[in-house]
Amino acid sequence: MQVPAHFEYERATSVDHAITLLARWGSEARVVAGGHSLIPMMKLRLARPEALIDINELAELVYIRLADGVLRVGAMTRHAELLANPVVGEHYPIFHDAERVIADPIVRNRGTVGGSLCQADPSEDLSAAFAAVDALAVVRGPGGERTVPIREFHIGPYETVVEPGELLTEIRVPVRPGGSSAYEKVERRVGDWAVAAAGAAVWLDGDTIADAGVGLTAVGADHFCSPAAEAVLRGAPATEETFAAAGRAAAESCRPSADQRGPVDYKRHLAGELTVRALRRAVARARGQEA
Amino acid sequence: MTTVDKPSMGFGRMHRKEDARFIRGRGTYVDDVRLPGMLHGAVLRSPFAHARIVSIDTRAAEAHPKVKAVITGKTLEGLKLAWMPTLSYDTQAVLATDKVRFQGQEVAFVVAEDKYSARDALELIDVEYEPLPAVVDARRALDPDAPVIRDDKENQNGNHIFDWTAGDKAATDAAFARAEVVVKQDVLYPRVHPAPLETCGALADFDKVTGKLTMWCNTQAPHAHRTVYALVAGLPEHKIRVISPDIGGGFGNKVPIYPGYVCAIVGSIVTGKPVKWMEDRSENLMSTGFARDYHMSGEVAATRDGKITAVRVKVIADHGAFNGTAQPTKYPAGFFHVFTGSYDLEAAHCEVTGVYTNKAPGGVAYACSFRITEAAYLIERLVDVLAFDLGMDPAQLRMKNLLRAEQFPYSSPTGWEYDSGDYPRALQLALDMVGYDEIRREQAAVRERWAAGDRSGTLPGVGISFFTEAVGAGPRKHMDILGLGMADGAELRVHPTGKAVLRISVQSQGQGHETTYAQIVAHELGIPPDDIEVVHGDTDQTPFGLGTYGSRSTPVSGAATAVVARKVRERARLVASAMLEVSADDLEWDGAGRWVVRGSTEQGRTIQEIALAAHSSLELPDGVEGHLDATTVYNPPNLTFPFGAYVCVVDVDPGTGQVKVRRFVAVDDCGVRINPTIVEGQVHGGLADGIGMALMQLIAFDEDGNCLGASFMDYLLPTSVECPSWELGETVTPSPHHPIGAKGVGESATVGSPAAVVNAVVDALKPYGVRHADMPLTPAQVWRVIQGSPLRTDLAIT
Repeated sequence: MQVPAHFEYERATSVDHAITLLARWGSEARVVAGGHSLIPMMKLRLARPEALIDINELAELVYIRLADGVLRVGAMTRHAELLANPVVGEHYPIFHDAERVIADPIVRNRGTVGGSLCQADPSEDLSAAFAAVDALAVVRGPGGERTVPIREFHIGPYETVVEPGELLTEIRVPVRPGGSSAYEKVERRVGDWAVAAAGAAVWLDGDTIADAGVGLTAVGADHFCSPAAEAVLRGAPATEETFAAAGRAAAESCRPSADQRGPVDYKRHLAGELTVRALRRAVARARGQEA
Repeated sequence: MTTVDKPSMGFGRMHRKEDARFIRGRGTYVDDVRLPGMLHGAVLRSPFAHARIVSIDTRAAEAHPKVKAVITGKTLEGLKLAWMPTLSYDTQAVLATDKVRFQGQEVAFVVAEDKYSARDALELIDVEYEPLPAVVDARRALDPDAPVIRDDKENQNGNHIFDWTAGDKAATDAAFARAEVVVKQDVLYPRVHPAPLETCGALADFDKVTGKLTMWCNTQAPHAHRTVYALVAGLPEHKIRVISPDIGGGFGNKVPIYPGYVCAIVGSIVTGKPVKWMEDRSENLMSTGFARDYHMSGEVAATRDGKITAVRVKVIADHGAFNGTAQPTKYPAGFFHVFTGSYDLEAAHCEVTGVYTNKAPGGVAYACSFRITEAAYLIERLVDVLAFDLGMDPAQLRMKNLLRAEQFPYSSPTGWEYDSGDYPRALQLALDMVGYDEIRREQAAVRERWAAGDRSGTLPGVGISFFTEAVGAGPRKHMDILGLGMADGAELRVHPTGKAVLRISVQSQGQGHETTYAQIVAHELGIPPDDIEVVHGDTDQTPFGLGTYGSRSTPVSGAATAVVARKVRERARLVASAMLEVSADDLEWDGAGRWVVRGSTEQGRTIQEIALAAHSSLELPDGVEGHLDATTVYNPPNLTFPFGAYVCVVDVDPGTGQVKVRRFVAVDDCGVRINPTIVEGQVHGGLADGIGMALMQLIAFDEDGNCLGASFMDYLLPTSVECPSWELGETVTPSPHHPIGAKGVGESATVGSPAAVVNAVVDALKPYGVRHADMPLTPAQVWRVIQGSPLRTDLAIT
């Protein structure tokens, strides 16, 4: 049996309490949400925090609300809740596409939206999905609250702008008319990390792509997105040729590394192929041709 | 699965007697056993694949307040236990003294009050290593400049272990010289791991007062382990008791004796307390018996119209750092020489070379039937390559070459005598079940569209695998392990009230022995299965035998059970004759639990009545001592030869390389089925294994010998999502020499299914001109195959 090294444990009863505990324990403390990344790392002794601050009782961070054109997702919302939410599916099917292929039902019942973003695993799915729709992260610390564009949230593998002492509390996604979205992932087996995945969000003006977002994961794309592909799409006709050009731009703009999931050239190929497929599906949905 | 009609007696579907405790979570596994004062062990493992040990400093670990002992190779040298014999007449380090030879090798053992402290103390041991170049690729192991791994052995100048051949080389070469067509293909069966749900572990309790060692251990072969401990540790065999409780899967992974077991014993001797050692998942995947790792090169000789005449094969077998495979002594490549498969050949020959590498030891495991997995995969891949080159339909090509029913018993060119079979019937059934012609028509339409330029969607593929197994090792004159003949005992006691206790030497790891063997006794004696207790897994309670692996339990121990039940029946006949006051010759068995008077069947006695009488004041006939109990040892006259025809249908997405298994039809013939539900369950598991091996499983290494498959994040097992709803069929060709006509089936599906999946993927990719593709066919590998690189030339997918 794998057993972690010694650690202390604190259970937070409110966001303010969590921030107090983080201040007390300092930089060697880690927040535990769903625990499906951190706990295995601790059991393998790859992570050895001095203390765990458990925020699982913070019901105030569990919500999905749509108001004033903004979709707000509390950081402790479980994957399963995001997947089950019809409002999310109506406005941003990309999240339901992504959640269906994140891990397995057992992990989705426990793992959280905020935990996934803060873990900042370079193969994480929601990071690419939120990047595609240009979300905003809300971070709270002892000095109050600040917002960070999701495309500035991740600063490297397993690194975010959340400082020791701070807590990610909410993700905000603007809801705009005329658009839709989709997510495409290749994995070796259900529940595995992505070999590569792409998310696309498009807003149509007739047959023209008025605006678009392209998110990528597991292929070394900066901030989980491809501005080069987006530049190809904006103002272009919503055609197979445009999708192909955007796919090429996405493939060229990423920097995959080889591992057991595949070689560099294959992952680059997938970045392009999956971008094309996600765009095709997002546009079809925006046109009401596919659910 | 079909409905369960519980038979009152004998063969047929019934719920497993084991299920009540397993479903309620009331099984008892090694880790559930807790003894007063029990301590916990943990193993320090090598971070390097190959390195010299400069020094080991254990002082800080010994100073840990909860640590009771720290054992190193030096400690063991003093006890002459630093090295132990393997099941292949090699030696293996228990704890490394001179060098470490694979990543994950055992270096030190800590005994502490709890498992947390034991793990903490491992980090306090300071080992200084001097890294050495590692041999990772078996094909480079015999290079003149390859580092010598086993410099501990006298006269071992390189990494060569053995050369072994089977078949007639001259006749085979002559057949190839005459052949109209020769096809050749390199085929890798990569290193995989059985990965049982429960990892390996033991609880050793040495009683200094009585001198008795009690060893709870999840071993598939408790009796063999006891004998080996006696030989290795010098403990008298009657003072060793091995108890193998409930086991959460074995698949050959739990046949060997691992260093952790020996360390637990030493830990118990040193501390005077029971010591438990349970490995974790990573330890299991990194250091215990892996499977396969066969680099094969096969050739087929045939006529232009597709009659196969000969096959020849060369193999480089990667055995890791210690030759620890478990198979009958005569056969260092196991039963690989059954590679001629199910076909009527003139000649065949194979050469197998075993080599050392800086990887974990093992090779014979994962439901392989002693290397028949490798053999079946090779021949079924080669037949498809021949079909590709000849432009023939692979089903027709197989039909043309399958052995015919009238050829049995059949003497194969490599020395086997196949007991019984009707191969064309099984293949035809599988083709009918899958609707072969219809799928080919669908495929032709897609390929036409594809050729016309519309390349959207997926490509369908159909793969066939026809396999013959040789299971039930085995006849004593040919087969032993470490000199122990591969026979198995059985003892049957019938209590006065007609209830019975059967004691067997084999050990269930999930096969349902407590049900199946009760059903055999029920079939032979008419005692209901629920009235029969099956005892196994305790060497003090059961007769000697070699254990459960290689699909040998039903062929050997199942036969022993039938034989011992028949002995009881014959005793009962004598008692019945006294009860009925007729001659024993005038009695006949009614097949339902009664001895009856011939010609007057209303006059008779049930087995229960007879059992009571045997213990009563009835005056018994001469030669009857007063009970019905009997004992036997079964020495099988031959192996049994189950076979099957599998057809897999896949859809391949060439844009991403993803493979979806659409359908899988499996027709198995394992002779008489004792409990069809249990047979089907075993087939289901093996088919899932096959999908896993074909599509995702691989213990990969980097060039320094670092194991890249040491967790379930890296070593992938298939889930229900990857598995279709299995479509099972059966034919029944009884074994002529087995008492109840049964054959082994536990490994059939694992042996037969990988080739069907791979053949289906290769068939799907035919529009790209693909003729072969090495496993595992991950999306990346399929994509590379499409790009024109079918072989896995590297060992890690990078």
